[in-house]
Amino acid sequence: MAITSIKNLKEFSTNNDRFEGAHLLCPGCAHSMIVRELMNCTDDNLVIASNTGCLEVSTAVYPYTSWDTSWIHIGFENAATAVTGAEAMYKARKKKGTLKDPDAPVKFVAFGGDGSTYDIGFQWLSGAVERGHDFTYVCLDNENYANTGGQRSSATPIGAHTSTAQAGSASYGKKQKKKDLVAIMAAHGAPYVAQLAPNKWKSMAKGFQKALETEGPCFINTVSACTTEWKFDPKDTIHLTDLATDSLMFPVYEIIDGHELNILYRPKNVIKVEDYLGAQGRYRHLFKPENKHVIERIQKDIDENWAMLQRREEARI
Amino acid sequence: MSTGSALASNKRGIRELGAEEMVGWDEVQQGVVLPSFEGDAAGIVNMHAEERNYADFNSYTATVASWRVIKPVYNRDICIDCQNCWVWCPDTSIISRDKQMLGIDYDHCKGCGVCVEVCPTNPKSLLMFNEAEENDEALAGWPQKEKKAK
Ligand SMILES: Cc1ncc(C[n+]2csc(CCOP(=O)(O)OP(=O)(O)O)c2C)c(N)n1
Ligand code: SF4
Ligand code: SF4
Ligand code: SF4
Ligand SMILES: [Mg+2]
Repeated sequence: MAITSIKNLKEFSTNNDRFEGAHLLCPGCAHSMIVRELMNCTDDNLVIASNTGCLEVSTAVYPYTSWDTSWIHIGFENAATAVTGAEAMYKARKKKGTLKDPDAPVKFVAFGGDGSTYDIGFQWLSGAVERGHDFTYVCLDNENYANTGGQRSSATPIGAHTSTAQAGSASYGKKQKKKDLVAIMAAHGAPYVAQLAPNKWKSMAKGFQKALETEGPCFINTVSACTTEWKFDPKDTIHLTDLATDSLMFPVYEIIDGHELNILYRPKNVIKVEDYLGAQGRYRHLFKPENKHVIERIQKDIDENWAMLQRREEARI
Repeated sequence: MSTGSALASNKRGIRELGAEEMVGWDEVQQGVVLPSFEGDAAGIVNMHAEERNYADFNSYTATVASWRVIKPVYNRDICIDCQNCWVWCPDTSIISRDKQMLGIDYDHCKGCGVCVEVCPTNPKSLLMFNEAEENDEALAGWPQKEKKAK
């Protein structure tokens, strides 16, 4: 049994964890929820590389490791390069017959934050996907460079306060829109691309399994609520992620072979984006009268994006 | 490549993850490999934590209990074993075996309170208490079922 059953949570919970506690991520950090779930949805051997960021730094505090699988600690930008290098070597050795256990199933995975994925490691990710390696890249998108003190990235949404796009009398925070990396990765022609969220554990587990099973390069963006930089109580990580998916700030969907778009979660009651923004300190300033227009702009962008996703789902283009 | 040796002879059981484990900058080796397990790691995916032969390098053998100021307490009487707490605990600290929730791993729990928030029972089967409070006392004073506000 390579991929484990995910019929329901009870069955899922019989899996043995391969991501260990006493890592140093903040209490309530969603990074570890996402990583744990990926590692729990398969029994296959895993070869994982992490870009530098909160995940890498907090799970490999020398002389400790929180990883029960092969795991490569690498530079900020090149987890995709490192893990696809390992994949190429694995294939070559399989061909030569020099593997100890050639029949053991192995999956290659890279984790990166949004800073390393959307910005600084983008070229490395793009290259690895273009070369067509058999691997899965998971971006832990907390919309800022959290590990170095919360600088803005191209994943930071418009209006958010960050340490390098500060809100104050002269500015309402970041002025630019978030980059649509999911569309960019789908445009590479990758066989499986998705945006997933840990509050929707089932669609997330299924998406991870699909990506691991699909031959070729797969890309998954995950919303990873960051209690420290988004400024909310650690106990509310899942509640906040509910607000993210139910306001459609983070729609949950997949794109197969670059064109077949499937929406994986349709909220029964779509909530106003205000409810999501109001639950986080990084957007507090937007509720001042002079910044109301930014909230309206965000809501308009969300509505347009949701309409576009639904049209794409229908049109299969 | 060499195997990190800072903890190789350290067998004193669960350790606080902190300053006393640090090594000097000149002791950190380049290209270090840290084995997560003693001996062959094949098949660990089929083993529960208590069956595994963790190496001292594995953070499982360390504790972050001192991070906590509040802690979750588990009340078995009300629990429906839904496993919400298991899937969302960010610190691998909900111990579930054979579809049953068994309790909290207080060596690794950081007291974030996520498990309490996602627990669906009424009253909740997990509640946060001061770290200093005894679990027995916490259980003795467990709240009654809350009536839905009309
Ligand atoms: C080439 C390079 N530039 C900068 C850094 C410093 N650095 C380490 S982690 C980090 C931020 C990581 O942000 P992100 O990728 O979003 O991950 P997060 O910490 O938010 O999970 C930065 C800038 C580095 N290690 N290497
Ligand atoms: S700063 Fe944010 S992403 Fe980093 S460990 Fe803390 S909660 Fe997680
Ligand atoms: S308080 Fe947080 S770390 Fe502790 S068991 Fe609950 S979810 Fe896990
Ligand atoms: S979330 Fe609550 S009811 Fe569900 S398994 Fe955990 S303690 Fe039991
Ligand atoms: Mg980030």
